[in-house]
Amino acid sequence: MTRLGRIASTTAFKLSAIYLSVFTAFAIVFAVAITYAADRFLNQQVNDAIASEFLDLSQEWNSGGAFGLVDAIEERIRRPGASLYMLTDINGRLVVGNVTSISSDLLSRAVREPTAVDYETPQGEQRVAMVQVVRLTGEMFLLVGRDMTERQRFEDVVRYALVAAAVLLLGLGIVSWFFVSRRVLKRVDSVAVTTRRIMSGDLSGRLEVTGSNDEFDRLAESLNAMLERIELLLGGLAEVTDNVAHDLKTPLTRIRNRIEAVLAEPADAERQRDVMQATIEDADQLITTFNALLTIARLEAGSGDGATERVDAAAVARDVAELYEPLAEEAGVALSVDAEDPTPIRGNRELLGQAIANLVDNAIKHGRSDTTDADARVAMTVRSENNDAVIAVRDNGPGIPAAERGRVVQRFVRLEKSRTTPGTGLGLSLVAAFARLGQGSLTLDDADPGLVATLRFPLDSGDG
Amino acid sequence: MRILVVEDDQETASYLARALKEAGHVADLASDGEAGAAMAETDDYDVLVVDRMLPKRDGLSMVDGLRKAGHDVPVLILSALGRVDDRIAGLRAGGDDYLAKPYSISELIARVEVLARRRRSPDSEAVYTVSDLVLDRLSHTVTRGGEEIVLQPREFRLLEYLMRNAGKVVTRTMLLENVWDYHFDPQTNVIDVHVSRLRSKIDKGFETPLLRTVRGAGYMIRDPAR
Repeated sequence: MTRLGRIASTTAFKLSAIYLSVFTAFAIVFAVAITYAADRFLNQQVNDAIASEFLDLSQEWNSGGAFGLVDAIEERIRRPGASLYMLTDINGRLVVGNVTSISSDLLSRAVREPTAVDYETPQGEQRVAMVQVVRLTGEMFLLVGRDMTERQRFEDVVRYALVAAAVLLLGLGIVSWFFVSRRVLKRVDSVAVTTRRIMSGDLSGRLEVTGSNDEFDRLAESLNAMLERIELLLGGLAEVTDNVAHDLKTPLTRIRNRIEAVLAEPADAERQRDVMQATIEDADQLITTFNALLTIARLEAGSGDGATERVDAAAVARDVAELYEPLAEEAGVALSVDAEDPTPIRGNRELLGQAIANLVDNAIKHGRSDTTDADARVAMTVRSENNDAVIAVRDNGPGIPAAERGRVVQRFVRLEKSRTTPGTGLGLSLVAAFARLGQGSLTLDDADPGLVATLRFPLDSGDG
Repeated sequence: MRILVVEDDQETASYLARALKEAGHVADLASDGEAGAAMAETDDYDVLVVDRMLPKRDGLSMVDGLRKAGHDVPVLILSALGRVDDRIAGLRAGGDDYLAKPYSISELIARVEVLARRRRSPDSEAVYTVSDLVLDRLSHTVTRGGEEIVLQPREFRLLEYLMRNAGKVVTRTMLLENVWDYHFDPQTNVIDVHVSRLRSKIDKGFETPLLRTVRGAGYMIRDPAR
């Protein structure tokens, strides 16, 4: 595209062109209207003046006859800025007057209406005048007129002013377009440049926000928020890749080595059976990990599990409590549930169930100082609080140091002391991802002693 | 049992067929949706195992077509899509059960057998009996050797499900799905604890244990004398 074509295709150019043409059209309409009105007004003035002169002169004619008329005309001719006068006999011979020559057929036609004609002054100047001719009863023609040169000059001035205004307007339009378009193009170009830089890998780049709070700022703010989210997601991904590599490769290597070892040994059906059994268990663990990862990825991508419905968090919490009660009992943990009915939220029953189950699972597994702790308790509560459904799982175990609480919700993070307990290290990440998807939150706090994990969701107050 | 496996991946299909034959069933294979629909229309199968994504005609539309034509053969849908709404879509199209990939073969066989049994003997019995263990669904009572056993409501449902499928392996996920109505993976095997608690109530103190653990697969209740 040529440079001109590029300019012509800019929004700024198009807007300026529309603005200019509309403005010019209005200006033309105004100018025509003004000229027309001024013209009419001036013509009216001239006609009125001529009419009044005729009235005066006809009075002179009536009272003083031809001589009186001639005197009156001569007297009027001497006044400064006099009108044009011409008194002739029936044959067009001049009796008195300040017009020396005029076309004779004009007189014969005895124009009733004021008419523009060319005439010659006594000084021999060619000028234009508005004249009217009256045939007097004594077989004479009286012509009265006003010189139009002044008026024409006025018209010229108006025309000149209009043309000048139009040129000025066009000039100003082009200049303002230039500045507007330069400003717009500059900002658009800066957005394009920044975007390209970000695309080429510098994810920390942000668009400039000028603080003028205009559309560009709003656009930049939205794009920055989007970049923020992308950076966060990619950051999470990078970290996850490392962790996935570790947590998936380790069992895969184990499986591989184990089978390799069995193949190298002399065949022993019993031993092979055991190894295969162990391999299936490892594979199942891998599948569990993989499923959890997929679920988290889907939750974090915001697509979730599609179906959201009205779910009673209290009922789900009771289901989970019921499901875990025997496990808790076996582990020597007293599991209690205190749920306020009904506590409806919008979400997915399966995922909410899984989230609460993960919290309870964690509390039972890690919520004890040691296996001899006779007073281990896990208390689940569900209640509504300020339009929020609050689901809390509290244990009275060792808790998590404040510094590490933020870390445990990350994928695959398992605190040193729990490395030996079975688990994928994904439980809390899944809960956190689920909470974010449902516009809720997961917080971990000190229960003094122990840990309290709290899920908060907006209450579903609607009937749907 | 005659089972039709509709699966486009040759290796998976022949592996499934071999496993089903080893479990004592007859398995036919179809590699696309059109062929699968044609075979299901003409032959009488006990269960269809249908992959969700198939060439020519996808699994859901194939099942939907069979249902519209009035076939009530039980269908197990296999899918790599394991999301809750995928499951719902699968069941809505007429699938009777849904199994997400990757699955274990014992899980698949257990589900196929339960589906086939459900068709042959509709769930109308009021009393389930396994050896001397009797579960009365109307009065909600369980007796063994004439002695009443007191069960919690959930334990009752657990036993009811196991006894309805007596002689068949039921997996942990099947129990979680059918007794608790949840489909997620619990991090710890909570089901095992429920089953062992039930076992202590129905088998403890009796000479012949009825509730067996099937290693690597799940649980089965059956009369060892038969």
